[in-house]
Amino acid sequence: MKIEVNGKTEERADGMTVRVLLEEHGLAASPCAVEVNRSLVSHRQHESHTLRDGDVVEIVTLVGGG
Amino acid sequence: MTTHIGDSVWSEPGLEPFHIAGRTFSSRLIVGTGKYPDNASMQAALDASGAEVVTVAVRRERLINERGESLLDAIDTDRYTILPNTAGCFSAEDAVRVARLGRDILEQLGNPGASWVKLEVLGEKKTLLPDPLGTLEACRELVADGFEVLCYTSDDPIMAERIKDAGAASVMPAGSPIGSGQGVLNRNNIVLILEKLKGEDPTYPVIVDAGVGTASDVTIAMETGADGVLLNTGIAHASDPLVMAHAMRHACVAGRQAYKAGRIAKRLYATASSPWEGAISYIPGE
Repeated sequence: MKIEVNGKTEERADGMTVRVLLEEHGLAASPCAVEVNRSLVSHRQHESHTLRDGDVVEIVTLVGGG
Repeated sequence: MTTHIGDSVWSEPGLEPFHIAGRTFSSRLIVGTGKYPDNASMQAALDASGAEVVTVAVRRERLINERGESLLDAIDTDRYTILPNTAGCFSAEDAVRVARLGRDILEQLGNPGASWVKLEVLGEKKTLLPDPLGTLEACRELVADGFEVLCYTSDDPIMAERIKDAGAASVMPAGSPIGSGQGVLNRNNIVLILEKLKGEDPTYPVIVDAGVGTASDVTIAMETGADGVLLNTGIAHASDPLVMAHAMRHACVAGRQAYKAGRIAKRLYATASSPWEGAISYIPGE
């Protein structure tokens, strides 16, 4: 399936969970938050939430700001 | 380890604890973590500022990390309450999204700032002035979603009242545009906001947020009766951020103490500090 992650299209295995997507990006241990199609997927649901073809995913973290 | 400001100022008079959004602090200075050249200089400045609450932004994870430096590696999340902001949002919808994402990260970190958000809904990029309608809409939605909303707004007293009525934990009027360094441009409006919001609710926290250029700007805000000051650029872009962080800490304490002490009334004419009685000199007019 094709999904968009942080503005870039990626080819990923069908039925991939958010958790596995984070692992494949090396972010399993990083504090980050995920939204799919503009809705938050809580960290409590990363393991259970399955991505679908065409999903638009944002993975965010905290950076310096004021 | 550097002595924390909280330990050293307790012994000074006129500095009662600062209560905001269900938490209590000794420092009334909230500082941002942006615009520092590196994490080490940011860490040193945060420490010197005495701040116990620091603001952060929510941004896309760099999937290929450019510098390999993470902000969270540099901030002691046991020491600081982290206040995520919605900087860069120009609609209520985006601000709500970003607030929820920030909360999700801080929940994972177990940080007390998890339910907090520094709400900014901006009207335009050039001035970074807030969009009042979007701000109010987002504030209502976030309050309903359980957030403690610390709400950035202009220095308009009526708008400040609307935001408080919407349930914000703190109203944070701008002294002047973000990062402009112009200080408190309309002190009268800050006075009106303080009167309106705190007149019958004296413990309601009002924080002057944005525009601070140097230490005296902080002092003026605090002398006026603000409960706190939030700043970032004034320290981060000073020629020597570490020394400026110290200055801002002292300025905040000095302004609060001056406010509590009660300043003298301004008068047109002089009043001598030394007694006239017993003067051996010729005094004109007598």
